[in-house]
Amino acid sequence: MAAETLALDSRGIEKKFGYSFAVRNVTLQLKRGEFVVLFGSNGAGKTTFLKVAATLMRPTKGNLSVEGFDIHTQAEQARRHIGFLSHNTFVYRDLSALENLKFFCRLYGIPADEDRLLSILDRVELKRRANDTVRSFSRGMQQRVGIARALLHDPSLILLDEPYTGLDAKAAQTLNSLLDDAVAAGKTVVLTSHDLNQGLRAATRAVILDKGLVVHDGPAKDDSVRTAYARIIHQERTA
Amino acid sequence: MKPIAAIVFKDVAIEYKNKEAFSSMLLFGLLVVVVFSFAFEGAERQMLAPGMLWVAYSFAGILGLNRSLSVEIDNDCLQGLLLSPMSRGDLYLGKVLGNLAFTVLAELVILPLFVILNNLSFDLTLLWVAGITLLGTLGFVAIGTTLSLISAQTRMKEVMLPVLQIPMTFPVILSAVQATSLAMSDDREGIAFPLSLLGIFSTVYITASYFVFEYIVEE
Repeated sequence: MAAETLALDSRGIEKKFGYSFAVRNVTLQLKRGEFVVLFGSNGAGKTTFLKVAATLMRPTKGNLSVEGFDIHTQAEQARRHIGFLSHNTFVYRDLSALENLKFFCRLYGIPADEDRLLSILDRVELKRRANDTVRSFSRGMQQRVGIARALLHDPSLILLDEPYTGLDAKAAQTLNSLLDDAVAAGKTVVLTSHDLNQGLRAATRAVILDKGLVVHDGPAKDDSVRTAYARIIHQERTA
Repeated sequence: MKPIAAIVFKDVAIEYKNKEAFSSMLLFGLLVVVVFSFAFEGAERQMLAPGMLWVAYSFAGILGLNRSLSVEIDNDCLQGLLLSPMSRGDLYLGKVLGNLAFTVLAELVILPLFVILNNLSFDLTLLWVAGITLLGTLGFVAIGTTLSLISAQTRMKEVMLPVLQIPMTFPVILSAVQATSLAMSDDREGIAFPLSLLGIFSTVYITASYFVFEYIVEE
């Protein structure tokens, strides 16, 4: 029987900035349908790892593939499967929410069907403001446009870098509901957080990074996650 | 082709809404032409006119490139473009075409004013100058788009772009001034040399940028 294609297969990923390591020898295999939360304090390497996985950053060493596509040699195919959301929305403030989505549809080579786009905006509760410029939106609303943008092309791997930063309660609720639906539909989700409760809400697996190294990898519901994370925080405070 | 066209249309749509790049480019370019035209007279002005025109184009062009850069930096939109499944080279071409469109549009207004203030006639000479303008602007924008992305990763973005752009486009500007000067003098015998240089530099800048762009934009 052929081996199952992994949603994300990272082998010995390293990223150096000058002489300092941001990520060191990160090896992670994510099966389809997993909801993985990456914990770690500031500077642990969470964002760097996600950026490498999203092909936004070139690793210094190691191999990484998304849905079987190598990020070095098949980056464009890999990107078709990736939805990336950070605390920055990546949407143009001078365009309307609908215009932004139409633009990204064209970039991804998918039909910019207005009814479909309006239904996506409806999911993030912005249908009524579809034709208003993003500039006129509150921070939370802008973030919801960003969520719509990230999920527009129906990605199978959703990467979220501290997605709750700056979100209002409504937007956080919308994001949670969309992530629950994505996992139910068999998508793979990787989320970075330093908030244990928020991160563990729907996760199936928890990975802890410390100084660029994976120091814990196990089921999210296991108590050892909290113990391991508490130990790292304690070490940091006493250092 | 579609993603390239999408980037151009997006840049046009944003500019149509806020009119920031075009208005600042136009205002600055026109001011340079007017000030130079009044500062010099007679034969001196005629001699300096091609240089004056390209100073106006260059400064207006840098303003446009800065504005185009700030649109992509705002909200980290450049990262959104980089996440799309288009090649980095195509992304570069899209940005070059968008920048070229605005710069040429501003030059289309600057050039007639330059002709009027310098008592030139709207004849074949103007067509020559327009052609040189197009070729020179292509070279200017081709390297300017790459440099604007390099300067985006520095702390003093707006200052860094002209500091990098002016020396790097020196061969383009010099050739364009020479070609414009010959075109305006009606003695076009030696015009092939600066025009060839313009063509070579534009081709080299576009080709080199197309292939190195991914190393510039990726962190």
